[in-house]
Amino acid sequence: MKLHEYQAKRVFADAGVPTPDAELAETVDAAVDAAERIGYPVAIKAQVQVGGRGKAGGIELVDDAEEAREAADAILGMDLKGYLVDRVLVEEAVDFTNELYVGVTMDRGEGKPVAMVSTRGGVDIEAVATEDPDAIAREHVDPAFGMHPYQARKAVYDAGVDRTVANDVAGVLTTLYDLWAAKDGSDAEINPLMITADDEVIAADAVMNIDGDALFRQPDLAEMQEEAAEDGLEAKANDYGFDYVSLDGSVGIIGNGAGLVMTTLDIVDYYGGQPANFLDIGGGAKAERVTNALDMVFSDENVDAVVFNIFGGITRGDEVARGINEALEAFDEIPKRVVVRLAGTNAEEGMEILNTDLVTVERTLEDAVQRAVEYAEEDSA
Amino acid sequence: MSVLVDEETRVVVQGITGGEGKFHTEQMLDYGTNVVAGAVPGKGGQNVAGVPVYDTVGEAAREENANAAVVFVPPAFAADACFEALDAPVDLVVAITEGIPTQDMSRVYRKLQETDTHLVGPNCPGVITPGVAKLGILPGNIFSSGNVGLVSRSGTLTYQVVDNLTERGLGQTTAIGIGGDPIIGTDFVDTLELFEADPDTHAIVMCGEIGGEDEEEAARYIGQNMDTPVVGFIAGRTAPPGKRMGHAGAIVSGSGTGTAQSKIDALENAGTPVGDTPEEVADHIADIV
Repeated sequence: MKLHEYQAKRVFADAGVPTPDAELAETVDAAVDAAERIGYPVAIKAQVQVGGRGKAGGIELVDDAEEAREAADAILGMDLKGYLVDRVLVEEAVDFTNELYVGVTMDRGEGKPVAMVSTRGGVDIEAVATEDPDAIAREHVDPAFGMHPYQARKAVYDAGVDRTVANDVAGVLTTLYDLWAAKDGSDAEINPLMITADDEVIAADAVMNIDGDALFRQPDLAEMQEEAAEDGLEAKANDYGFDYVSLDGSVGIIGNGAGLVMTTLDIVDYYGGQPANFLDIGGGAKAERVTNALDMVFSDENVDAVVFNIFGGITRGDEVARGINEALEAFDEIPKRVVVRLAGTNAEEGMEILNTDLVTVERTLEDAVQRAVEYAEEDSA
Repeated sequence: MSVLVDEETRVVVQGITGGEGKFHTEQMLDYGTNVVAGAVPGKGGQNVAGVPVYDTVGEAAREENANAAVVFVPPAFAADACFEALDAPVDLVVAITEGIPTQDMSRVYRKLQETDTHLVGPNCPGVITPGVAKLGILPGNIFSSGNVGLVSRSGTLTYQVVDNLTERGLGQTTAIGIGGDPIIGTDFVDTLELFEADPDTHAIVMCGEIGGEDEEEAARYIGQNMDTPVVGFIAGRTAPPGKRMGHAGAIVSGSGTGTAQSKIDALENAGTPVGDTPEEVADHIADIV
C-alpha cells in the first residue's frame, strides 16, 4: 500500500522531520487561497501515486495568484499516466543549496533492512543506483536491535554529506528508520532532502509504502488507503478477494496459484497470443468464486476468449467443474468462448461433469492455451 | 535417500486445532507421515485425529520426540510460532502460512542464522519425499518416487511440473516448495546444496519466478559447485514492471531487476537449460536421466 505524498509528509512531520509549509486542495479556489496564505513562490503538486510527476506536467512552480490559478486549473482533473488528479498539494517553495537522498527499505537478498544516503538527491535514485552504485552509501541494520545512531552517522559520513549538516541528516535518517520499523514500511524515502543556505534540512518530497500484510496492526494507515486511485477492474478484484493484474491483451486468464497463473500467461504469449490479465482464483474455487472470476474477465472489454486452468491439489476438479457449469448456465448467451483445462485431484470426474455445450475442454495446458489463442483471434472484435 | 524429510521425521503441527491444521494433519497422516503431536497454546491435553495436543512446541518435542514442525498458524501469530519452533528446538520448520508481515520474517530470518534448523517457507506448499512422508499441503497422489529433485517458489506450478514428469515415468526424491515471499528461510542455493549431497538425486528441476535475485545466485552456485545436472523454469516472462503477480515476492522492480530474462540468461550461462514450458522441462529431464 502506498501513501500519497501529503499523507507521508504528515506522518514524517508528526515524527519531527521538518517539512515545508503546505496545504491540500481539491478545488482551484482552495488551491489559490492556500497559495496566498503560504506566500509565493509555491509549488502546486498533483497527488497521484506515480513516479515522474514533474516531467509529466503534474508539478508547477508559481509566483503569483494568476499563475497559481492557471496551474491548479491545469493539474486538477488531468490524467497523469492513467490516474485522475483530484487533489493537489500547495507547498512553500524551498530555496535550497543542496539536494540529498535518504531512504530505508528491506534488502530481500540479505533478509534485513538497509538504510541509504546519497548526495545525488533530486533525481531518479534508481538510475543512480544502476549507473553509479557507489554514489549511495548503504548501512544494513540488524532487525533485532534496530538502527544504532552511529550507523546513521556512518552512512551520512560515507555518503560524503557536508559536515555542517551531517548531524541533522543523521537525525532525519534515524527518525526515518524508526518510522519505517514502527509503521511496517516496505519503503520510506525522502528525495530530495533539501539543504537550505541557512543549513536547514527539509523533506521536500516523501515516499512511504506500507507492507499490505501488516495493515491489520496499522489501523491509522489502513484508514488512509484509498481505492479511488486503483484501476476499476483492480478495485473490483479487491472486493472479490482475487489477486488480479490488468494487462493489454485479448486472452482472459483464470487459474489457481500465482506461479501457475504466471506460467499460463507466459504460454499464451509463447503461442502468439496476448494475455489480458493475471487472475489467481486461489484455493477452493467454489461456485461463487468461479462466477466472480468469470464476471471479472468478461467485464474486461479487451477480452476475446478465456482460458481457465486449474491444477487441483487441495482444490477438487469436480467442484470447480460444477462451479463453472453453474456460473455459465446463468448466462442467456455466454459473452466469450471459454476453454477449460482441469488437472490433479478429481480432474477426470470434473471433465465428465463439465457441460461441453458451454465450454471447450482440453486435457493439457498447452492444448488449452493454443485453443484459447485461436478463439481470441477468430472472435477479435 | 532423500533430503530434509525421511522415515525418521517426527512432526508436530502448530495450529492443529484450526480448520486448515486439522484437515491437513489428517491428509498428512493418510499419506503415512509420522505426525506425533500438535501444539496450540491453551489446548494442551486435547486430541486431534488421534494426535495428542500440547500447549507448547517444546513440550511436544520432548514428550513425543518430534524433530520437525509444520506451521498452520494465522499470519499475525506465525512469526511467534516460528520462533517457538526454533527454540524447541526442531531440525526442520515448514511454515505454510501466507501473509506474514515482512518485518516479522526479517527477525525470524535473523534468529534462524543462529540455529542449525532448516526453515522452509513461509507461504509455501511444503516438502514431500514421495512414498515416505509429506509436511504441508502438497497433494500426495500426484507425486511418485524416483531420482529427480524438485525445488520451486510456487505450489500449483510444482504440481504442473510434477505431472509432466510423472507422465514420463520420472519420479522424485524430494520436492520442496520454498515459498513466494520476499524473505524465506531456505533459498534455492540451500536446496541445491542438499540435493547435490544426495546420491539418489540424479537431476534437479528448479522452478523460479520474477522478483529478487535468488535465481541469479543459484545460477552462480550451479556454475561453481554442482555436478548434478539442473533444469530450470522461470515464470513471469510476460509480467509488467511494478505489478505484484500474486506472490508478495513476485515483482519486477521499476529499475528492471528481477526480470525473467535476467534469470533465464544467468541459468543458461551456467549451463542450465531453461524450458519454455513445463513440458519442455520434463523433456530436458528425460534426456538426462
